[in-house]
Amino acid sequence: MMEMAVKLALLLLSLSILGNLYRMLKGPSMPDRVIALDAVGINLLALIAMVSIAAGTRVYLDLVLLIGILAFLGTAAFARYLERGVVMEVDPDHRDPQ
Amino acid sequence: MTRIIEILSESLISLLILGGAVTSFISSIGLLRMPDFYTRSHAAGKATTLGVLLVLSGVFFHFWLAEGQADARLLLGIVFVFITAPVASHLIGRAAYRSGVRLWEGSVLDDLREGGGGHDTEEAKRDRQH
Repeated sequence: MMEMAVKLALLLLSLSILGNLYRMLKGPSMPDRVIALDAVGINLLALIAMVSIAAGTRVYLDLVLLIGILAFLGTAAFARYLERGVVMEVDPDHRDPQ
Repeated sequence: MTRIIEILSESLISLLILGGAVTSFISSIGLLRMPDFYTRSHAAGKATTLGVLLVLSGVFFHFWLAEGQADARLLLGIVFVFITAPVASHLIGRAAYRSGVRLWEGSVLDDLREGGGGHDTEEAKRDRQH
């Protein structure tokens, strides 16, 4: 029963990543692509956890945290870029005292 | 007795994993079929988070009940996703509204609209019809 559930979940998660990738390629607006990329990242996290059950090992579990952090940082940076046109704001009047 | 516990824990794990995967799949269908960015961000922001949380708790219970050792990394991942996914969704939604992505023409209310927040007017309705 367990093996069937794991295989079915792997299939469903892969299909949902495919659907999100289609939305990412199609657009039409830039924020659409960014939320699709975010959804791909989060689904990938679940897929890796499922692969670690199917492979019977714990070594992939670090990747869950890593991809979670990377997906969030990427989305935050894209949101900042779309809103202000820059990712990091540099204030030209503020200089370090020499 | 051990056999019963084994069956019960396997059912719990399978239920969590399958429920999460189905929720993720439904959210992907929502991302494909919804009419504009703001409704799509509902599908991507809420349903995906719930699905991944269910799958990750299923995996956590698998390593805890079936293999006898709980894994703190998974708990940390669950908490992290639960905190950051809504924040990311909110950030990108605000960025989309400020960069001028239009609402679907069938939407009934736009609270953030300049001057006309709170209730719908004919002018706002015309504005959405492009």
